[in-house]
Amino acid sequence: MYDFTDLVRSIHESLVASLSPGMAALVEWIIIGAIFLGFFALLGLVLVYVERKVCAFFQLRLGPMRVGFWGTAQTLADTLKLLLKEPIMNKRADKFLFNFAPFIIIISSLIVLSVTPFAPGLQAFDINIGLFFVIAISSIGVVGILLAGWASNNKYSLIGAMRSGAQIVSYELSVGLALMTMVVLTGSLQLSEIIASQADGWWIFKGHIPAFIAFVLFIVASTAEVNRGPFDLAEAESELTAGFHTEYSGMKFAFFFLAEFVNMFIVAVIAATVFLGGWMPFHIGGLDGFNQIMDFIPPILWFFGKVAFIIFLMMWFKWTFPRLRIDQLLTLEWKYLLPLNLMNIVLMAFVVYMGWYFGN
Amino acid sequence: MEVVDKDKTIPGDALKSQEYFVNMGPQHPSTHGVLRLVLTIDGEIVKRIEPHIGYIHRSIEKMCEKDSYRQIVHLTDRMDYLSCHINNVAVCLAVENALEIEVSDRVKVIRTIIDELTRLASHQLWWGVMGMDLGAITTFLYGFRDREMITDIFEETCGARLTMNYNKPGGLMFDIHPNFQKRTKEFVEHFKKKLPEYDQLLTGNVIFQERTKGIGVMSKEDAIAFGVTGPAGRASGFECDIRKKNPYHVYDKVEFNEVLLTEGDSFARYKARIQEMWESLSIIEQLIDNIPEGPIEEKTNAVIKLPKGEFYQRVETARGDFGVYVISDGKKSPYRLKFRSPGFSNLFILDKIARGSKIADLVAIMSTLDLVMPDIDR
Repeated sequence: MYDFTDLVRSIHESLVASLSPGMAALVEWIIIGAIFLGFFALLGLVLVYVERKVCAFFQLRLGPMRVGFWGTAQTLADTLKLLLKEPIMNKRADKFLFNFAPFIIIISSLIVLSVTPFAPGLQAFDINIGLFFVIAISSIGVVGILLAGWASNNKYSLIGAMRSGAQIVSYELSVGLALMTMVVLTGSLQLSEIIASQADGWWIFKGHIPAFIAFVLFIVASTAEVNRGPFDLAEAESELTAGFHTEYSGMKFAFFFLAEFVNMFIVAVIAATVFLGGWMPFHIGGLDGFNQIMDFIPPILWFFGKVAFIIFLMMWFKWTFPRLRIDQLLTLEWKYLLPLNLMNIVLMAFVVYMGWYFGN
Repeated sequence: MEVVDKDKTIPGDALKSQEYFVNMGPQHPSTHGVLRLVLTIDGEIVKRIEPHIGYIHRSIEKMCEKDSYRQIVHLTDRMDYLSCHINNVAVCLAVENALEIEVSDRVKVIRTIIDELTRLASHQLWWGVMGMDLGAITTFLYGFRDREMITDIFEETCGARLTMNYNKPGGLMFDIHPNFQKRTKEFVEHFKKKLPEYDQLLTGNVIFQERTKGIGVMSKEDAIAFGVTGPAGRASGFECDIRKKNPYHVYDKVEFNEVLLTEGDSFARYKARIQEMWESLSIIEQLIDNIPEGPIEEKTNAVIKLPKGEFYQRVETARGDFGVYVISDGKKSPYRLKFRSPGFSNLFILDKIARGSKIADLVAIMSTLDLVMPDIDR
């Protein structure tokens, strides 16, 4: 009912009919690029506003209220302020790396965004190794953080960057293994196929115990991977002032800020796609009336609803928990999450081998 | 085939880590004012801490030497601004003792209640900031929510919310507001419900306990040697509550326990303050319903002149043992006036207890010592 496949195909066919194949492809690239850039900016604006509001309600206050209705234009005003700010640079900073670092971070998150399956037929880049692609590209971001910390010529930044390096490299393992656990179940790395395999039930329900463990592990590890509280050691405001982006100002700072939110969105997208069925509606076997009502809700709303739920979870963590110490952080990963993950993947393989999951 | 030599696998000097200095402060989010710590750091481990103070030194003690005793009271507000009332009272008590004035019971009881309210307000703020230093920013606003009720009571009582100046040698500036008892009782009721919330939000949190238990252990001997007083000292088992040892106001007539713990780590210092809040609530509850009638001030000369001699008065502020040492040569201002501020002694144990810990722990330890910079610099 809400399939975008026809719309996308008709646009493609009309372009091919009127232009040469090369030109048609070029125009398509430009359209898709423009859409993603627009979406990227919008996402940043919306998520910053949401975070400020969610945080405010956790903290018994209202948050931004003055600019626009309920402060909705606040982030727009802030963006304007950041654009007009003077980009100050440390005199002895490494100029090239200092300017280059924000772009690495923002480009890596922008590339990962390209595989996002928003709705049936609405996915820019549906490759057969989608999940692997996400894990691979999202780990490039840490290079940006390390460069930023190193190039700033600031001790706090350097400590923050080193912390971040240790943290992201460690937690990457858990993120990857938790996803691999699910790949054992889904049998595919392609995001569209993973979603299609959940038509009769989301994997978190079908895969029961191991899938649920994998979900929890994924959420914990990915919160650490995107450097958000309680794992925000790289920034650690009360210890390192602002960690790796202490020396950044204006739009370059905004890039780090934006990348954090977009990374959070990406993590939520992956969790929603792999565990919660992507844009698939919620179905209960046997209740046809209920299922039809659920089908009536457009898939794109399902998708964004699930993503919003996971983003809310991550904000909830951030505004409730104190921060871990670096050695505790690494202990958590190497002594608890990783062994648990390895056991879980064996358990999942066993469950799949015996066919003990639902809907086989 | 190359034979791997055992000695070659050990990294040489070139790979050894190097110590470096970091200036933490004077502008830093968690030094709570303009404290500068020169840290010697090896990776994440703090090897040496050297506190540098003096960034907010206003020579209050020197100013006191040309001010009259009534004026001196005003200056003490600006030292430990979170227990300003207790500081005021300390100077007033010193002067009253020197002049051998006995204030009425009404004044004593009101002073006690406001002392305890000040202590509560200070501990609430400390609790919020403690959470913030550990990365849980939400606690800050919870602490302020409850502190607001106390500052409202103060505002109604004397017009000021922070630097109150409610006392003068010989009594109080004004009588209490008719609403005072009602609002204080409301606050006590409210806070008795909210204090368990503090425990739910922070004390019981696994991460918080991991971050504070066994960190920055201070032995009783160290506490005594460095003169660490207040909740920080009592968490190490050092009995130093002036309210018990050297009672003033009506502290000898009310029932309360001196909070004593033995662990001496960050978590003990945290618990000591939380328990002290319960004790303060109980003291207020005992007194609020029976404030005796009586004059709110005793008659003093327009120009107060202390007799020749030396006078010392100790009180228990929210941070510990606060002392006022007056040397008078019989004139209208003191010959020399020395404040013994608790924060100063508490700060200098930092190097002893935080050496060898991580940067994050240093912040947590500093937070449990509850430093107020203007109190240390004066």
